[in-house]
Amino acid sequence: MEKNTNTTNVGLAEMLKGGVIMDVMNVEQARIAEDAGACAVMALERVPAQIRAEGGVARASDPAMIKAIQAAVNIPVMAKCRIGHFVEAAILEALEVDFIDESEVLTPADEEYHIDKRAFRVPFVCGAKNLGEALRRIAEGAALLRTKGEPGTGNIVEAVRHLRKMRTQIRRLTTLTSEQMMAEAKDLGAPLDLVQSIARTGRLPVPNFAAGGIATPADAALCMRLGAETVFVGSGIFLSSDPAARARAVVGAVTHFEDNKKLAELSTGLGEAMRGIEISELRDDERMSDRGW
Amino acid sequence: MAGELKEKVGVLALQGGFAAHVSALRALGAVVREVRTPDDLACVTRLVLPGGESSTQLKLLHSTGLYMAIKDFAAAGYPLFGTCAGAILMARDVRDPEQDSLNILDIEVSRNAWGRQVNSFEADSDGTLGDRGRSHLVFIRAPRICRIGSSVEVLLHYHDEAVLVRKGVHWASTFHPELTSDPVALKVWLQKTKS
Repeated sequence: MEKNTNTTNVGLAEMLKGGVIMDVMNVEQARIAEDAGACAVMALERVPAQIRAEGGVARASDPAMIKAIQAAVNIPVMAKCRIGHFVEAAILEALEVDFIDESEVLTPADEEYHIDKRAFRVPFVCGAKNLGEALRRIAEGAALLRTKGEPGTGNIVEAVRHLRKMRTQIRRLTTLTSEQMMAEAKDLGAPLDLVQSIARTGRLPVPNFAAGGIATPADAALCMRLGAETVFVGSGIFLSSDPAARARAVVGAVTHFEDNKKLAELSTGLGEAMRGIEISELRDDERMSDRGW
Repeated sequence: MAGELKEKVGVLALQGGFAAHVSALRALGAVVREVRTPDDLACVTRLVLPGGESSTQLKLLHSTGLYMAIKDFAAAGYPLFGTCAGAILMARDVRDPEQDSLNILDIEVSRNAWGRQVNSFEADSDGTLGDRGRSHLVFIRAPRICRIGSSVEVLLHYHDEAVLVRKGVHWASTFHPELTSDPVALKVWLQKTKS
């Protein structure tokens, strides 16, 4: 018997496809998310929009709240650690969370190095804005990728940019000849073997989900149509006026992302979405997507 | 049974590991269609229920009308294969916690009985399926079959516990054949249930 292999870790990511992973801040929200059909929850003390508004250093959550949420729901429980903070990650592993998100939403702990994720038994998800970043995280051991988007803004524009960029870069790879591979690997800053394998298969070796700015069922369906295999919703649900209804609608929208009539039904009467921020109003140092490399 | 003309395999694509099943079945030469509505189901003659989160899938089965449609499909004698969450949905009884299900196989299943993701594992089966060697089994936050009705046959064990069972053309596994390079259980199910 072999535990915690690449197959079991990427396998769990496969099992999350077409489901919605929701940020929750307490047991009550975790139950609402599970009842609405979330396929997993992300336990954190403040959702990205609050972290943005309140400022200060954002760290991994108190183990007590993570344990309480694990005890309250039967779906997988994920939690975030700071970029490069391998001790926070080790604590989350000791708590037996099902996935660790090495996340730019929290304040980075290391500006030079991301965590060596192969040293852990629990799978990791990491954010990526483009193919080079995605392949660096995979080489470090990430079992799942997500777009960074611009968390806590309720604005989908950055997630769309990252999904399109990734798609274009993957498509470009498949058109290159063998002698172009090394130059491409150098430009992407990515390992040659991963570049060659994607050139051959036309796809990433791990699933890629969308995250960062999803606020409506239509946002979720847009990401799916741009190639995301499912979505994370952070601030978008529990900062809206009717979280349970919005959560159910986003779950439906991810399953029926190609069915416009269903999407119209699902988008009806959800009350107010979260307020949202125009990206150009953010100062450069307020952009979470620029954290990590 | 209809379907001599178009022997199409449906993969329930509400949530979960449907993409891996679609690729595995296509690699075995099957014609595959993703099933999200009762209309999709009407176009196929077999159905695979993938892994994923059974509680999520159950909600979507109800909201799409597929809950009754799949029960009718099974009652009409069309073949089904449920893996992991799919096996939970097919079971008569579900516990830890108790949950509604399609009640297609007379088994009782305990959800996530192997524990959280840190306890997910790969291993080889005790015995073999047909004339093939031991099957490689991948268990991910897997359920356990804790009661088996007298009408249900056990096809594979791991450490003396049932991991692949069937009643006629309705098969269920607690492991993920679709995540291995040689999905023997799916292959044998396809062969044995040919109409």
